[in-house]
Amino acid sequence: MSIEKYNFSEKNILQFDTSRHQLAITTQGLQVYYGNKHALVDGDLEFERYRITSLIGASGSGKSTYLRSLNRMNDNVAKVEGKILYRGLDVNSSKINVYEMRKHIGMVFQRPNPFSKSIRANITFALKEQGLKDKKKLDEIVEVSLKDAALWDEVKDDLDKSAWSLSGGQQQRLCIARTIAMKPDILLLDEPASALDPISTSKIEETLVELKKRYTIIIVTHNMQQASRISDYTAFFHMGHILEYGKTKNVFTTPQIKATNDYISGNFG
Amino acid sequence: MKTKLQNKIALNIIRIIAALVVVILLFLLGDILISGVPHISWHFLTSASQSFESGGGIGIQLFNSVYLLLLTLIISFPISLGAGIFLSEYAPKNLFTSIVRMAIEVLSSLPSVVVGLFGFLLFVVQFQMGFSILSGAIALTFFNLPLLTRNIEESLRAVPNLQREAGMSLGLSKWRTVTRVILPEALPGIITGVVLGAGRVFGEAAALIYTAGQSATNIDFGNWNPFNATSPLNLMRPAETLAVHIWKINSEGVMPDASAVSAGASAVLIIVVLLFNIFARIVGNSLYRKLTATK
Repeated sequence: MSIEKYNFSEKNILQFDTSRHQLAITTQGLQVYYGNKHALVDGDLEFERYRITSLIGASGSGKSTYLRSLNRMNDNVAKVEGKILYRGLDVNSSKINVYEMRKHIGMVFQRPNPFSKSIRANITFALKEQGLKDKKKLDEIVEVSLKDAALWDEVKDDLDKSAWSLSGGQQQRLCIARTIAMKPDILLLDEPASALDPISTSKIEETLVELKKRYTIIIVTHNMQQASRISDYTAFFHMGHILEYGKTKNVFTTPQIKATNDYISGNFG
Repeated sequence: MKTKLQNKIALNIIRIIAALVVVILLFLLGDILISGVPHISWHFLTSASQSFESGGGIGIQLFNSVYLLLLTLIISFPISLGAGIFLSEYAPKNLFTSIVRMAIEVLSSLPSVVVGLFGFLLFVVQFQMGFSILSGAIALTFFNLPLLTRNIEESLRAVPNLQREAGMSLGLSKWRTVTRVILPEALPGIITGVVLGAGRVFGEAAALIYTAGQSATNIDFGNWNPFNATSPLNLMRPAETLAVHIWKINSEGVMPDASAVSAGASAVLIIVVLLFNIFARIVGNSLYRKLTATK
C-alpha cells in the first residue's frame, strides 16, 4: 500500500477561546530541523491547562520531535525555530535557564530509565541536588509522589532496594513519580507505555487520568485506543505537519481532514 | 546436517583455543610460583637487598613498587578522568578533538624504552630531578594516561543515553548529570581499567631504569617525614622497583643466590599484581553498590 499524497495546507486546528479556557503552553510557528531535514513544519498548538492532550501519528511524523522541543530536550540534537510560550516567556529563547525551566516542564521517556540507585534515591536525588536537605520533608515527598504515581502500596517496604528490581511498569511509574516530585506544571510523556504489557499500561493510564487534576499532560502515543481512552484533546501529525487538532471525540469520530480519517481507520501508519 | 557439523567443528576449535590460553597462563603462573614461592619468607619480604652476599631480600623494592604505583595513579587518574569525561560527554566533532584523540593513540603506542629515555633527558637531566621516584612516576603516567583515558571514555560511553536524558529532564545540569549519574554507573568499567593499567605499571622496567633509577637506597621505615632523605615517602630519592630489580639481578647480579632471589621476586611480583587486582575489585564493587543500591 502506498502512502497517498495529502495536501498539507489543508488543516483543521482548534484554537481556544482564552476567555473560557486557561492555556498551559502554546507554540507558534515551531520549526525543527535535523541537519537539512525539516522534521517539523509550522507547529502551532495550544494546550489547555489540566487536560490530557494526545499527539498521534505514524512513526517519523514529528510528534516526538515536537514533544521533545517543548522542554528543550532537542538542544544540541536539532535546530529549533519559533516560539514556545509558557507563562508569558519564550521557552525557546537563548536567555531561558533551561535547567530551571525543566523543573516546570517535566518529561517521562519511552523506555523506563530509573537511575541505578535505590527507589527512594531516584526521587530524592534531584531534590537534594537542588539543596533540599530536610529528611522529613524528603520522606514526605517520596511518599506523596509515589502515591500520586500509584506505586506506593507496591514499594513502600522496599524503598531502599534498587530501582532495577522493579518490573518495567513499576519502573515507568517510578519515573513518573520522580518527575512529579519536582512539582512541575506540565508533564510531557513520550510513548510512556509502548514498552509495557497491557496491565501495566492500564495502570499508567489510570495514573495519568488521576494526575490531570493537578498537571497539564501532553502524551505522545502510538496506541489510538489509548489516545481515545484518556485524552481530552488529540493532535494528528503527518510527515512533519500537524493536520488536525481538536477534541478527542471529534478527531476520532468526525475527522475533518482526509489524512486523519485514513490514519484512524488504519489505511496507513 | 552439514550446517550442524560445521557449527560443531567451529565450536570445538574455539573451545580448544580458549583452553590453550588458560593452559599457557596456568603453565606460566605455575612455573613462576613453583620456582619462586619456596624462596619467599618474612625475611625475604622485609630485608634490604645484598649486592655481593647471599641472603638479600626485596623489602625496599617491594615498597618502592607499591609506592610508585600509587603515585602514578594519583597523578594519572585525575588527568585521565578529566580527559575521558571530555571525550565522552563534551567533545564536539572538530579538529581539536581529533588532535586529542590522535595524541592519545600515538602516546599509547610509544615503546617504553623511548618513554624512559625521554623521561631521563627531560626530568632527570633537564629539570635536574635526578633519578627519583617522582621522575619515574611521571614517566609511568605517560604510559598509563592513554590507556586509562580510553578506558574511562569507553566506560562512560557504555552508559545508556537514557540516563543522561533522565538527569537533564529533571533540571540537572550536564555536569551534575555526568558526575552524579553517569560516573557512578561507569565505575565497574573504570576500575577494570585502573587494574589493567596498574598491572602494566607494576611490571614496567624499561621506562624506570632511566628515571627512577637502579639503586635501592636504604630507607628508614621509622621516618615518615617526606622531606627527609631517608624517609620512605621522599619523592626525590632513587627507587629501584621490583621489576627493575629482577632485570638487574638477571643481567648483572653477582650474589651467589641471584637466581633464587630473582625467582622469589618474580613470584612476589605476580602475587602482588593479583592481590591488587582483587583488592581493587572489592573496593570498586562495594563503592558501586553503595552508589547504586544494587545488591
